[in-house]
Amino acid sequence: MGIFKSFVLGGVHPAENKLSANAAIEAVPVPKQVIIPLGQNLGAPSKPIVKKGDQVKTGQLIAEASGFISANIHSPVSGTVLKIDQFIDVTGYKRPCVFIHVEGDEWDESIDRTDTLESHISLSSEEIVARVKALGIVGLGGATFPTSVKLTPPQGKKAEYLIINGVECEPYLTSDHRMMLEKGREIIVGIQILMKALLVEKAIIGIENNKTDAINHLTELAKTDERIRVIALKVRYPQGGEKQLIKAALNREVPSGKLPIEVGCVVQNVSTAFAVYEAVQKNKPLFERVVTVTGKAVKKPSNFLVRIGTSTQDLIDAAAGIPESTGKVISGGPMMGKAITELDTPIVKGTSGILLMEKTESQRLVENPCIRCSRCTYACPMGLEPYLLTKAAKLGKLQVAEKEMIMDCIECGSCQYTCPSGIPLLDYLRLGKIKVGRAIRTRIKK
Amino acid sequence: MDNIILIAVSALGGLGLIAAVILYYIASKFKVFEDPKIDEVESALPSANCGGCGFPGCRAFAEATVVSARERKSLDGLNCPVGGNEVMQVVGKILGLEVEAKEPMIAVIRCNGSTIHSPAKVKYEGAISCTFAHALYGGEGGCQFGCLSLADCVDACEFEAIHMNPETGLPEVNDRCTACNACVLACPRGIIELRKRGPKDKRIFVSCVNMEKGAPAKKNCEVACIGCSLCQKACAFDAITITSFLAYIDFNKCTLCRKCVEVCPTNAIHEVNFKPRKPKAETLTPEKSVSGKPLADKQLVSDSSKTEPENKKEEMIETKE
Repeated sequence: MGIFKSFVLGGVHPAENKLSANAAIEAVPVPKQVIIPLGQNLGAPSKPIVKKGDQVKTGQLIAEASGFISANIHSPVSGTVLKIDQFIDVTGYKRPCVFIHVEGDEWDESIDRTDTLESHISLSSEEIVARVKALGIVGLGGATFPTSVKLTPPQGKKAEYLIINGVECEPYLTSDHRMMLEKGREIIVGIQILMKALLVEKAIIGIENNKTDAINHLTELAKTDERIRVIALKVRYPQGGEKQLIKAALNREVPSGKLPIEVGCVVQNVSTAFAVYEAVQKNKPLFERVVTVTGKAVKKPSNFLVRIGTSTQDLIDAAAGIPESTGKVISGGPMMGKAITELDTPIVKGTSGILLMEKTESQRLVENPCIRCSRCTYACPMGLEPYLLTKAAKLGKLQVAEKEMIMDCIECGSCQYTCPSGIPLLDYLRLGKIKVGRAIRTRIKK
Repeated sequence: MDNIILIAVSALGGLGLIAAVILYYIASKFKVFEDPKIDEVESALPSANCGGCGFPGCRAFAEATVVSARERKSLDGLNCPVGGNEVMQVVGKILGLEVEAKEPMIAVIRCNGSTIHSPAKVKYEGAISCTFAHALYGGEGGCQFGCLSLADCVDACEFEAIHMNPETGLPEVNDRCTACNACVLACPRGIIELRKRGPKDKRIFVSCVNMEKGAPAKKNCEVACIGCSLCQKACAFDAITITSFLAYIDFNKCTLCRKCVEVCPTNAIHEVNFKPRKPKAETLTPEKSVSGKPLADKQLVSDSSKTEPENKKEEMIETKE
């Protein structure tokens, strides 16, 4: 194990391929038209409050949360609302989206557009949570869970640690890495804001040791606040998973089916910490984010600061076009990302990267029979037996799958990555999860 | 000597007697009454144990019928789709009840987005399961309502009544279908519907479930229902309703007049097992038409003749097999 901490069970170490690690964050010009999906966050989709022909400013609220687990959406551009219509989004389905024709770039007056660091936190704990909720901040690690919900622990539960996820264990992606290097001071203030909101006295920033520059930089900055500690972690996938990170940082295990608050932890991504800083100190809603555009054949692997709603095509063009040899375009990282079916798919709050995979590396292996090597079992970070769950899911033995804790699967894909027979284990695990989830829901209803 | 024999006989005999009394007592105390009719009904059922009736197997269905006959004096709502009317009549006879004859049903695939009509735009490489693919994306052809061609319905069918047609990439139902509902439940997109078999297996249905507006629907699939409501206007029996740009034909009201089939501009409405129409070239020229139908009808026939060649034939083959 060496001197670096890590989680205990399973895990794999895919080729890192952090091609864009040295590319500074670059702002992409505002596109001519943006398409903003209304279902960007985990939970209920937002309700639009603008209609066709309305004039909007950058940062103006255009859709509001429609439930407890839901988030506000703000206009990323200024211009006219063209229509509210169906458009394909990253789910692969047509969903309601707000189309805005861009005219100039006029920001809402309440947003502070200066670059000065505001380190004094004047708001109270409740005000911070309210601000985070109003400005539509969601978890930017990829799951897009509304941050305000995470900042309001359920009755009787108290957070002890705030864990900041700077792991970025997915190969290729570098957006969090660049954020830590370039926005380190803001992130530290963001962490202090989150600590104040959660009333915790201890914060840990977990970073994998393939980002030594980020570790050094943040350690240096964290010296000003003794409550914040930076720890270097061994490079291992899926360390960025909440449960794995808690295990690595604190050696605590989140019980099956429970949330991290159960063991006194709240996990937030570094980019989320930055978004919280901007929301609380600068009153800036979440309408832009850093997206890595990368791939082995991409001429200019880059990290772009992008307005939400920009089409994937625009980003690829900014990275010097789509290479001939591209086999798949993936939204997210190679392990957990999802191939998109249309290049017009808009960037949403949860898009951490656009990966243009080579034909040769994106092809699936030919499926051979299971040779019982049990590599998948060794690779599973949740201690499950993927070969067994896969079989159960295939045969429809849902009770077996449920008993063997299929619902604990975090869909990290380590099993499939490690399988020498090329069995699409993760596909069948997901299938099993869909079916078991449905069975559980009908049982609860009864 | 006699004594020993006597002792042995009386001891064993006594034990036997005591045991018999105990067994008799227990048997009468814990007796489970089971209606002999349950066995009778069960033997009359097809023993497919398919669950099509809504009960876990034929035995459970038999019990339900006997209970229903005893308590409600009717068999309403209980039907063995596999056995059909014949079996239900036998069951009725056993239980001494009149059973209303049920219209026989058949599963119908309401999608015609074959590889020809809705060519693939992306390539799917994942697990062979509609349920899984449905959770991932819209579909190879771009229609997010249509058939995913991964054969969950074929796997669900216990009667080998559904097969995938490798050419069109769509499932096809044959006459073995017992309307057990298994494929309807297996399809994640709700494409399959149980409809009346109809007289001489003739039926008309809308072979599309796309709820998009006309233009985007048509963009992905040539034969999509675009919700133009021409069929609704053509129908004299109020059998057609249109909800969110999708026509639906109520099979209880439909009289199989085929007017809707004729007017459909995208050939989304299918007729099955009808006699092929008379050659259309004749009806185009007035002097050759000798069928004696009013002129308006002929016009309609000739209109639709331009666009309806192959798919109907396909349908005919599909169900006749």
